[in-house]
Amino acid sequence: MSNIGSYDERVKNFSWSIAEKELGYKPGDVINIGWYCTDRICQQGKGGKVALYWEGFTGAEKIYTYNDIRLASNTIASFLHGLGITPGERVCLFMDRIPELYLGFVGILKTGAIAQPLFSAFGDESLLVRLSNAETTAVITQKKHAPKVRKILDKMPHLKHIIIVDHDGTAPLKDREIAFSLEKAAPVEHFDVYPTKAESPSVLHYTSGTTGMPKGVEHVHYALISQYLTAKWVLDIRDDDIYWCTADPGWVTGTSYGIIAPFSLGVTQCVLDAGFSAEAWYKWIEKRKVTMWYSAPTAIRSLMKAGDEIVKKFDLSSLRHLASVGEPLNSEAVVWSQKVFGKPFYDTYWQTETGSIVISNYPGMEVRAGSMGKPFPGITGTVLDPIKNEPYTTHGKIGLVALKFDWPSRMRTYWNNEEAFRKKFRNDWYITGDRSKLDADGYFWFAGRDDDIINTAGHLVSPFEVESALLEHPAVAESAVVSKPDPLNLEVVKAFVALKPGFTASQDLDLEIMNFIRKKLSPLAMPQEIEFVPSLPKTRSGKIMRRLLHAKEWGEEIGDTSTLEND
Amino acid sequence: MADELKDMVLAYVTKEYLEDDSEPLTYDTPLISGGIVDSFSMVSLKRFLENKYAISIPDDEATPEAFDSVNKIAALVERFVAKK
Repeated sequence: MSNIGSYDERVKNFSWSIAEKELGYKPGDVINIGWYCTDRICQQGKGGKVALYWEGFTGAEKIYTYNDIRLASNTIASFLHGLGITPGERVCLFMDRIPELYLGFVGILKTGAIAQPLFSAFGDESLLVRLSNAETTAVITQKKHAPKVRKILDKMPHLKHIIIVDHDGTAPLKDREIAFSLEKAAPVEHFDVYPTKAESPSVLHYTSGTTGMPKGVEHVHYALISQYLTAKWVLDIRDDDIYWCTADPGWVTGTSYGIIAPFSLGVTQCVLDAGFSAEAWYKWIEKRKVTMWYSAPTAIRSLMKAGDEIVKKFDLSSLRHLASVGEPLNSEAVVWSQKVFGKPFYDTYWQTETGSIVISNYPGMEVRAGSMGKPFPGITGTVLDPIKNEPYTTHGKIGLVALKFDWPSRMRTYWNNEEAFRKKFRNDWYITGDRSKLDADGYFWFAGRDDDIINTAGHLVSPFEVESALLEHPAVAESAVVSKPDPLNLEVVKAFVALKPGFTASQDLDLEIMNFIRKKLSPLAMPQEIEFVPSLPKTRSGKIMRRLLHAKEWGEEIGDTSTLEND
Repeated sequence: MADELKDMVLAYVTKEYLEDDSEPLTYDTPLISGGIVDSFSMVSLKRFLENKYAISIPDDEATPEAFDSVNKIAALVERFVAKK
């Protein structure tokens, strides 16, 4: 019997107080996510239970009990406190998926500071945009990533501390750098966890939009209520599970369901810090006897591409429940996983701004392959007519995915950007930016984005951000960036580039521009195809008609070209 | 050809994918499984090899396993160069 039991019964009888009671929280109490993830579990007598099995690509292993992560997070919190980090300050985590990333996240929350995880593959410009917007005070990083921080230091007067967790003395520390070794530091048995309340800010994740620079999504400690209960009911996490969330904590899935939810549930989770290979992943599931596996469509499609034969080499019988996140899960993947693993991947739908799963498929409920599922109990979702800004009264029509903005883990605002936050609402409905339709039974069916944002391998990339970066290349006069369909990643970035006089299109220039963007922004933002054009399609008022280029890439109707500058 | 090819690939990966004070690469350093080159960055590496050696590597052969070390990349490239 699944944790959720009957979805319909849960919907009828729902209250978020269910989660509050299980966590022993009463409105008005102190609530600190870091405490709930460690100290509370130890107080329940589970200090000796394994919290984290970690393995790196060299095969190095580390095992942490709940008491270990309590001590480690205390130690990091104490170190930060000693540096003068105060509640509300932003502390960035810029690391690979090493234990210090997970433990540091919890430690930062214990101080009352705001954790700001950033994907370790970000280039220096991506880093600068996010750190300067947040006026980040400290960055916890590794020596291999420190050079990217150093490159932008002169533009970050607010940054006081660069904390290197693996400094080995082979090169001297530089300006504002300080070494901290979790292994060498004396464990701190008791740390006075800062008494944060429900609305105290906890986490700042940056997300890309169509226009403008990435925005900081501000979350609060009360988000724990949603993250805990959705993990229990959607991911069906049980006390004796071995849980594997493949997401990097640089992204919201990796914090909400890679740190907060599993640790607050007191479950054992495992983390593999290695590049993708089907063999390595199946070997990991077999070795750790993973029971609950939360992954992403791009990874699932990569596993499909690796074939069915390799699956037979491993004993994956431990797998009990599988779920997916980041982009719509195509029905072929659902059917394939049923065939090779004996169970389907359950698609879950949510985003950085929602903080936790909002629409999903549930254990025990019919999975309609290709469907997003139904709203989580307690969440009111609909499809809005984009003209009238009201819910459709009949099913089957494509419109805007909209939610009543009242669940615990909803973002509270965009950092220093209330205006952008207010634009997310129509008639008091929160608009996710996705389009969908509802069938007669209340299942949502994804129908694309409502804007130009590119979703590549489950990560959002802003065309504006890539275009702005392209303009910084000496050869580029103007550019337009659109998504291009891709069988593995759903979409990838494609750039149309018009060159300045004196520059000639060539394979070498193509590669040079690709690498330029990859290093400046990230590998995700790197155009996987560049098409050199003499000019870009524009309206008579000079606005680039990106939608024409998009339509060509996707084989869609081009639509009205009456405003096109040159017919 | 073999050593020259390996050195070329090693130099390119070092220049494009490593920071200044990273551990030096060897011909056997795991590039993909070791997190030095991710699946997206692999696209630019594949493009470099195709441009440099005037070959075309089909997508189904450009796997993380085939790109996981300088030695493996060199073997892949030599195979396609020989087919020309």
